[in-house]
Order: sequence, then C-alpha cells, then structure tokens
Amino acid sequence: MDALLFLTFAAIAVGCAINLVLQTHPIASALSLVGVMGSLAVLYLLLGGEFIAAVQMIVYAGAIMVLFVFVIMLLNAAAEKKTRKPALRAVVAVPLLFTFLMLVAYLIQTQAPKGTGVKFGGFTGGGPADIGRSLFTTYILPFEVTSVVILIAILGAVVLARKEV
Amino acid sequence: MNFYILSLVKAGLVAFVLLTFCAYLVWIERKVLAHIQLRPGPYRVGPHGLLQPLSDLIKLVTKEGLIPGNVSTGLYLFAPFLAVALALVSIVTIPFGPEFEIFGVRTWLGLTDLNIGVLFILAMSSLGVYATAIGGWASNSKYALLGGLRSSAQMISYELPLALAIVAPILIANTLSFKELAEAQSGFYFGFLPKWHVFAAPFPQVFSFVIFVIAAFAETNRVPFDLPEAETELVAGFHTEYTSTMFAAFFTAEYANIVTICCVTTLLFLGGWHPPFPAEYGSSFIPVILLLGVAGLFFFHAGQTLKTRKWDRFSFPVGGVLSLGLAGLFLIPLLQPILVPFFWFAAKTLLLIFFFIWVRGTLPRFRYDQLMRFAWMFLFPVAVVNLLITAFAVALTSN
Repeated sequence: MDALLFLTFAAIAVGCAINLVLQTHPIASALSLVGVMGSLAVLYLLLGGEFIAAVQMIVYAGAIMVLFVFVIMLLNAAAEKKTRKPALRAVVAVPLLFTFLMLVAYLIQTQAPKGTGVKFGGFTGGGPADIGRSLFTTYILPFEVTSVVILIAILGAVVLARKEV
Repeated sequence: MNFYILSLVKAGLVAFVLLTFCAYLVWIERKVLAHIQLRPGPYRVGPHGLLQPLSDLIKLVTKEGLIPGNVSTGLYLFAPFLAVALALVSIVTIPFGPEFEIFGVRTWLGLTDLNIGVLFILAMSSLGVYATAIGGWASNSKYALLGGLRSSAQMISYELPLALAIVAPILIANTLSFKELAEAQSGFYFGFLPKWHVFAAPFPQVFSFVIFVIAAFAETNRVPFDLPEAETELVAGFHTEYTSTMFAAFFTAEYANIVTICCVTTLLFLGGWHPPFPAEYGSSFIPVILLLGVAGLFFFHAGQTLKTRKWDRFSFPVGGVLSLGLAGLFLIPLLQPILVPFFWFAAKTLLLIFFFIWVRGTLPRFRYDQLMRFAWMFLFPVAVVNLLITAFAVALTSN
C-alpha cells in the first residue's frame, strides 16, 4: 500500500515537473508547479511529516504560487513562442541526460547506506508539537537567524519597490 | 474490515447529507431574504416551495453545457471540478459529536480526526483560490478575469487575519485536532458559564471570534465582501461564462464552504457540541421542548389556513406529526447520547448560517479599496494585538 501510494504520487510529481518545462503558457507552467508541490506534500505525509505536509500546502501551494498566478494574470502574459532547436541538440542532449540519470541512480544504489524501507507510521516525530519543540530548543539559533534574514529581504523588497517621492 | 465498512457508510452519509443540505440552504437563503424584504419567496414548486431545490437541480443538469469560444478548454473544465472537490474534502475533519457506543460498536460522529485538522482546513481553503482564479482566467472574458483577480487578492489578504484569529483559541486549547478542541471546551465556570472559547479563562476570545467571522465572510465571498461576483459591476464575476452543471458545481462549492466555515466557527469558539448550560438544569430537554413548540405552531396554523393556500391543509398537519416524531426520538434513552450533542452542534451551526444570510439581507457591498484597507489597516493589526494578549495571558497562567 505504501509503495503503491509512493509510486503514484512520485509519478504525478515527475509528470507535473516535466509538464512545467514543456508548457508554453506561463499559467499552465505555474499550475504544474502547484501539482508538483501537492504531490510532494503527500510524500511528506507518507514519511510521517504531517506538519511539514500541511505547511507545504498552505505556504507554497496556497500562498506563494497564488501570488505567482496572480501576477501572471495581472500582466496578462501570453504563451511563449518556441524557437527552432538545432537537431544536434537532441542527438547529444538526450543520451547525455540518460547517462547522467543512470550515474545518479548507480551512485545512490552503491553509496547510500543500506537500511530498511520507509514504512507509513514508522516515524512519529512530525506532529506540530514535536516540530515546535525542536524549533524552539535545538534549532533556536538557525530559526531566529532565518527570520531576521527574511525580514531583511522584505525590507529590501519594500525599498526597491517604492517609487521616488 | 469493520473499520472500512463503517468509514464507507459514514462517508456516504456525510456526503449525502452535506449535498442535500447545500441544496436546501439555497431554499433557506431565498426564503429568509424574501421575508427580510417582505415578500413570500419561492412558493410555487411543492408546499412552500420545498421542491424548488429539486427543480433547480433538474433545470441546471438538463440545460446545455456551453463552452464559449477562445477559452482554454482544459482549465475551463478543471476549475469547477476543483472548486467542488476542495469544498467537499474540507468536511472530513469536522467532528459533529462525541464518541458513543451503539449496538456494541464504538464510534463517533465524524469521518476522521487529524492531528493537523485545523491546518488541513486552512490548506484546503487557501487552495480554493485557484478554482476562482483559474475559472476567471480561463473564461477569456474581462468580467470573469476581473472577478478572478479580485477574488485572489481578497482571499490572500483575508487569510492572514483568519489564520491569526484561529491561532488564539488554539493557544488556549493546546491542540490542532478539532475533536480535542471541542473536548477542551467541555465543563462550566461557576457551574453555569460554559467553558467555550468565547468565554475562555485567561483571555476571552470574543475578539478572535468577531475577526474570524468577518474574515470568513470574505473567504466565502459573501456580502458585504462579494466583490468577486459583484453583479452591478461584473455581471457575475468569475463564473460569468459558466453554464449548466459547471455553474452548479461553483454554486454547490460556495454553499458547502459556508457550511464548513460555520462548523469550524462552532468548533473553535462556540464549544462544538457542548450545551450552553449544564444538563442538571435540563439542557437535554431543550430539543424536545423546541420540537413540541414547532409541532404546536404547525397544528395551530393548520386550523386556520387560507383558501388560496390549499396545500397547507395537508402540509401543516404532516409537518406537525413529523416534529412530534422527532421529539419522540429525542426521548429514547439509547439515542439520547448521540442526538442531543448533535442537536447542539447543528443548532449553533445553523444559527451562524442564519447570521450569514441575515447579513446578506442587511448590509450593502464594500468598495474594493475599502475592502483592502479594512483587511490590512484594521483587521490584521487587531488580530495581531489580540494574539499577543492571548499568548501573554496563556504564558502567565500556564505555569
């Protein structure tokens, strides 16, 4: 059952990711990215990270991508034009891509530590309480530093976006 | 195996009840609005227009599903599907009553209890923006596009105060599961004041409650925040180009969202299925007394029906007998632990739904810049201050 769910949503994620690159219209690409994020959330859920899954949906799919779609709709961006590609690119690129993927798969097979497969329910430290406790005890410094960095980024965006008075 | 059968039965029951209720919510809304405006409302189809939802359904399904030219067909068809799917999925985390045991089977009124239930509802409601935005964009019409744009900007803005208002009662209850949230509100202060979160001990959540309800109006695109479908400016907003079943899907999603958000308000702030005063003072007999009153009203009016309303001579006595039967059900000791909590839950939710309709019949629509200024300049700061005070009070009292 776990394997079936994993394979289904992994296939959806990969399919959406390929579609993201292939689509010519920005809106279709943005929506494919939402599909990738949604299936990633299900994968997190399968690993036992309930809180991360919910946050993935709320923050990435529900807030950031909505803003993307909003901006694309506001600019009324049209479909991109496809340029003609040289035939050589397909001849060289496709085998190279396959070689790269094979190499990565081989490295993961040989180098990664051998262990038992992940089972649903095997990890139970992904609830909101566990995440909150570790964020505010073990990882308090990275957490606070990240929030300051994000604050600086917001201030920078405001300064850059402000018109000269 | 038992678990699967039970879950399947419950899921079917909830889906059926929710969809039927959504259809009848349209009837209730039209009737209440009509009576606010001193007119009878739907009256022709069936007694007191009670079969109106059914005839609306037949009309919507049998009409031609027109796909206008120059729309992006895939997304155009996907949007209503997404809207109705998200609206129906949200209901699974809502518990309608406590655990009970019947015929040796121990279960509870509700489909599932997630330990991230509140976050799940938030995630589903934030995904709901896509349905309106995509629907508006794919229609290739300026009215629909403007509706979709307004809707996405509005829902992003009002999600902030909504989420902040949810956090405050969660701090008090210390859980994200709806079932535990409702259980945390059982009991009474001084023996009579219910421990609902609107009256909760360290800091009463009245402000969160008001902020949440206001933001809920905006999230469900209701008057006075129904800018995405403002008839006077945008024809019908994001669903201008939709016809037939696709329009029905948007319509159902809208009403299902209202039901869900009213259930969430009840669970977060109004104590879920817990009665407003203790059972020692006879709160378990309130449903029986109310139903007896309704039956009495039915029989009283059955004696003096107008000649022009021939149907009433049959429908009023039937309604009276039905209410008497329901009152009898509430007196059976075996069913009491199920029905009485469910009655309180349904009563609070229905009151909130009535409030939604009442507001629609009373308030005019906001202007768009007023709507945005209200969210960012007033609602958001108030929600932050309320959250800070609550957090401070909880931190002081918890140790």
